[in-house]
Amino acid sequence: MHFLDFEKPIAELEGKIEELRHLSDTGDMNIAEEVSKLQAKAERLLRQTYAKLTPWQKTQVARHPERPHFSDYVDRLVEDFTPLCGDRLFGEDRAIIGGLGRFRGHTCMWIGHEKGHDTATRVRHNFGMARPEGYRKAQRLMRMAERFGLPVITLVDTPGAYPGIGAEERGQAEAIARAIETCLDIKVPLISAVIGEGGSGGAIALASANTVVMLEHSIYSVISPEGCASILWRSGDQAKEAAEALRLTAQDLHRLGVIDHVVTEPLGGAQRDGTATIDAVGRVLEREMMSLREHDGPTLKRLRRDKFLEMGKQGLH
Amino acid sequence: MNWISNYVRPRFRALVAKSEVPDNLWEKCDSCGQMIFHRELAQNLRVCPHCSHHMRIPVNQRLELLFDEGQYQTIELPEAAQDPLRFRDRRRYTERLREARAKTEAQDAIVVAHGTIGGGKAVVAAFNFAFMGGSMGVAVGEGLLAAAKLACLQEAPLIAIPASGGARMQEGILSLMQMPRTTIAVEMVKDAGLPYIVLLSDPTTGGVSASFAMLGDIAVSEPGAVIGFAGARVIEETIREKLPEGFQRAEYLLEHGMIDMVVDRRELRETLGRTIKLLCRPEPEGEIVPLPGTDLDVPEKTRVTEASRPDGQDRPAE
Repeated sequence: MHFLDFEKPIAELEGKIEELRHLSDTGDMNIAEEVSKLQAKAERLLRQTYAKLTPWQKTQVARHPERPHFSDYVDRLVEDFTPLCGDRLFGEDRAIIGGLGRFRGHTCMWIGHEKGHDTATRVRHNFGMARPEGYRKAQRLMRMAERFGLPVITLVDTPGAYPGIGAEERGQAEAIARAIETCLDIKVPLISAVIGEGGSGGAIALASANTVVMLEHSIYSVISPEGCASILWRSGDQAKEAAEALRLTAQDLHRLGVIDHVVTEPLGGAQRDGTATIDAVGRVLEREMMSLREHDGPTLKRLRRDKFLEMGKQGLH
Repeated sequence: MNWISNYVRPRFRALVAKSEVPDNLWEKCDSCGQMIFHRELAQNLRVCPHCSHHMRIPVNQRLELLFDEGQYQTIELPEAAQDPLRFRDRRRYTERLREARAKTEAQDAIVVAHGTIGGGKAVVAAFNFAFMGGSMGVAVGEGLLAAAKLACLQEAPLIAIPASGGARMQEGILSLMQMPRTTIAVEMVKDAGLPYIVLLSDPTTGGVSASFAMLGDIAVSEPGAVIGFAGARVIEETIREKLPEGFQRAEYLLEHGMIDMVVDRRELRETLGRTIKLLCRPEPEGEIVPLPGTDLDVPEKTRVTEASRPDGQDRPAE
């Protein structure tokens, strides 16, 4: 288990419990009692800590390496997943995975950022930072879904679009702009879930959707707290303050009317129980998909437009 | 740094400096370093007479140089939520807004104007870079939507002129939401069958470039304009390499197929006017006179074959 810095007291307690457990194998009743006491304490501490996470702490949880990623969701929720590759123009970008599969019996198009879970896969998926090819593949798959009348489900988990020479040369800005345009145009249901980090343009490129849901401890922002701090505070050290100011938590975004639902995470965050997290997201996605399927294509497009046009009228006041 | 240097001093300066004579009669070209007399620079539309470097131009001058006879009407823009996030960095956002408004005498970073360009109607949505770096927040999004609606109402093409560092961070996620919102504005114009032209001016970066700015039917830019998604510094820090010469400049984008043309500022009105006319008035403007000498140029045999072709299916043998 990878512990975050603010989880230190919990980590210590859990370490102690683990030690005692080893001892209790010898069959000492007193130790077993002590263990259950400590466990109750650890749970209480976890509950207290996670009930009032600061925006910066949420940022750390959202980036936790052991949170479930796109592939974990697909493995558990999608049957017959059939990955589809390439933008047909230049290349295949593994930072965004897409493909067809059955979700609760219905064929859907699944598209999402993949961050990877160890060094090799992180490098392979470029830490979830897509290049133009990734966004163009997403456009292609969304159009294909539209052609066959299939709902599109996107999972957002990216630090942002990749800043590189090649990416700029091949039109990173244009690729993102067209992906947004495609999201807004397709005449099939489009549902997005922010499952970790919703990083700026790289996120909105997949998330201009009919319904946008966010996991309880995920974040969604126009710029990373570090980036914001280095520009407005002239120092990356103020990331904590920037995270507060940016209102990037699921709870604030819900109050602002930018997202539709917040999905509760297991106690101690998605990283502590990936399966429960994925199932919770799955239930919301299913519900939203079923309700959106009742509309015809033009209505779906109009609803999506109206929703975004409405945004921004409501502040936090 | 205290409130006197932050707040009082600029106020005093603003009061004292309100004279008609510019404090600096000579301006140095950022590119060749030559000193240029202010009147000559203005006459040359802020293009350096020595090296043709295109300096940034205030938004009102930009509109003057585009519209016929420099005549245009601006429209009032809908009021947007002020400081929706109650944002505060080292200073309050409301304070920064107030200061920008005092400095620029503008409400926000966008101006929407209409008039004629090369004789054809046009609606222009131009960014004001002097207003917080032309950053895009809710007000700018509303401005672009208003411009799109006006274009549809007037059945006129929409010309967007970004000059912006990107999203307005002080409006957080709501500034990000202007990317889909401005995309919807573009779609409105396109759905109405009207041309949407983008004049990418220096600079067009970040969230602005990755939304409405890259969706033009036609994309025009000025020489040397910086256009790109990620900032050059961020890229350099990420890849730890020097960036190639001319990276993210208009000419570089032209070379990479991202824009249609790079046009000298002094030829913009003519180019835009001509383009608009070609798209909006596709029918011939006068009676069409047959090309001279057609009869003589086409060999007798071919002419007969062409005329005898019943439905144009069998082409004459070459």
